Amino acid sequence: MIIKYRDLIVSLACRVMAPFIFIFGLYVIMFGHYSPGGGFQGGAILASGIILLRMSLGREATLKKFPPRLGLILGSIGLLIYAGTGLAALLAGGEYLDYSFLPIPGASAAERRYLGILFVEIGVALGVFGVLFSIFDSLTERE
Amino acid sequence: MKWLAFIIVCLFGALLFYAEGDMAGYGDLAAPANLHVSPEYIQRSLKETKTPNVVTAVLADYRGYDTLGETTVIFTAGLACVLLLAGGKPDDN
Repeated sequence: MIIKYRDLIVSLACRVMAPFIFIFGLYVIMFGHYSPGGGFQGGAILASGIILLRMSLGREATLKKFPPRLGLILGSIGLLIYAGTGLAALLAGGEYLDYSFLPIPGASAAERRYLGILFVEIGVALGVFGVLFSIFDSLTERE
Repeated sequence: MKWLAFIIVCLFGALLFYAEGDMAGYGDLAAPANLHVSPEYIQRSLKETKTPNVVTAVLADYRGYDTLGETTVIFTAGLACVLLLAGGKPDDN
């Protein structure tokens, strides 16, 4: 069991840093098309933000916002987004995971593939985020 | 027994060094790996997917099955961790 770290500087600094870590994680996910990054890296950064909060503020204080079950639920949702993107392309008449057949009105084939990559990256990010965070939780759950 | 293992490891290492001589040089443009699909990806990924980052286009679009499998592996690993470590009561039976 992780308890609150008894140092004002550490806990305040972590509380200030955590929102910026989350924003940076979202940036890395969304800018995977233009810069190094993408789903795996962004998901790991998001999970590191939560793990930092868990370690500095203690488990009890962060349970309300981030319950331990949330990790696996988010991981499943991420995987479902990925598989669902492929399935949507399949149902719209293309091959599985061929994003140029995604049913998005008013987009050319290249733009559909662009958006398909974005959906898939979001799915990967949710999966990695949820899994890392639930592994940390299951390792530190009991004393 | 230890000597047998040592000899096997040495033989395997020698085999690897022998095979290494046939590998293409790093960054060799005439290597088979650089002639097959890589030029297609580099030339066409921006036009086909509107994604300037070739790595992302290859990872998530051209090799989408691979990334789906990776995500499944990561999710399965997390599931196994939670099932093994966070198993509530010590023994139900």
